[in-house]
Amino acid sequence: MQTEPQTIVEMKQVLEAALLTASQPLALEDLLRLFAARMERATLRMLLDELKSDWQTRTLELTQVASGWRFQARAEYAPFLARLNPEKPQRYSRAALETLAIIAYRQPVTRGDIENIRGVAVNPNIIRQLQEREWIDVVGQRDVPGRPSLYATTKNFLDDLNLRSLAELPPMENFTQQEFPLGL
Amino acid sequence: MIPTVLPAPTNARIHGETLTSLPQDLYIPPDALEVYLEAFEGPLDLLLYLIRKHNLDILDIPMADLTLQYMQYVEKMRAVKLELAADYLLMSAMLIEIKSRMLLPKPAEIEQDQDPRAELVRRLMEYESIKLAAQRLDAMPQVGSEILVAQAYYQQIIETQPPVVALDDLIAAWKSVLERASHFTHHKVSRAELSVREHMSQILRRLQKEKLVEFAALFNVESDGIAKLVVCFLAILELAREGLVHMTQQAAFSPIYIQISHAD
Repeated sequence: MQTEPQTIVEMKQVLEAALLTASQPLALEDLLRLFAARMERATLRMLLDELKSDWQTRTLELTQVASGWRFQARAEYAPFLARLNPEKPQRYSRAALETLAIIAYRQPVTRGDIENIRGVAVNPNIIRQLQEREWIDVVGQRDVPGRPSLYATTKNFLDDLNLRSLAELPPMENFTQQEFPLGL
Repeated sequence: MIPTVLPAPTNARIHGETLTSLPQDLYIPPDALEVYLEAFEGPLDLLLYLIRKHNLDILDIPMADLTLQYMQYVEKMRAVKLELAADYLLMSAMLIEIKSRMLLPKPAEIEQDQDPRAELVRRLMEYESIKLAAQRLDAMPQVGSEILVAQAYYQQIIETQPPVVALDDLIAAWKSVLERASHFTHHKVSRAELSVREHMSQILRRLQKEKLVEFAALFNVESDGIAKLVVCFLAILELAREGLVHMTQQAAFSPIYIQISHAD
């Protein structure tokens, strides 16, 4: 496109092309860069909302996750698309899932915090596995002897679970008075 | 060392019901034990299994029955896999300690002392909620299995020559960034969902990079709404309470600085 988009339709076409070809979710900052002329964030949000409803009847849907916007196949097509990749996706062990859950709901936590809750030693391979997946990372060290690393979940983790923020995680079963309220 | 009030192993009582033989699911054939051990994620998991299996009230655990059954498992574990039993042995010691403290007569003045089971109950409940949360996480649709992200093919124009950047270009670019930044000083209504713990992680990440940050600089007054600013403030307070950050101020009304707590 040689001339800058003038109409709403043209602007939505530029956004659509960018979002469809992107390999990562695109943040509002990325999308603003598509336009040479200055654009308000509110305008961009409105265009995205319109684009989203334009695609309502199609096989792809425009979704907002933690690090931005992306197109993804509607859930009802997943069983068919799965046939293209016959090998079963790898699932995590119970130990890995419990470790992940503790980091997600109690972050930032140290390895010691995880061991206190689970009652068993943390297998370093599990931490490495979750770090390689880029679902968790080290955000600091606790000021106690040994300076243990504090782990937290990443935006990537939220993206992969189709979430915009931690507040969208399923609520924890409340058996006791919660010591660490999660959201607001 | 086990008090005589404990019923004999073959005559366990569970909530008033006398069991003349071991429940079927308590018996583990020795060769199946290794497989069986791996089914449990540790002593808390095994305890929870025993409590749930027998419909015991988690808030009123019959310590004698539970300790007895637990010890039977641990004995079998010890016979086969000693190194695995260490965490489990620690729990046995704790169970016996709780039981013996419950048996001791309490002097009247410390009658209001905590139930010795309280800490165990707290840990069991915390573990169970994490266990359920883990199951829910696992059940959520994930990118790569249930969620398939679209990506149309796009032939990037291949740059054969790395672009030359002159100092003037850099200065011009920086100016336009500054100019662009100045456009974003408008009031904006944020729709973002907020979470104190999420902000805590964000602030820690920033402090990792910038070491020392002025208190006011942690707030995005131009772009964040009141709710988000409050959450940010709560996150700073929580970080300070947990001893994860350190705040300093030279004198009254002078700037407050925040840094990650360092032992050195």
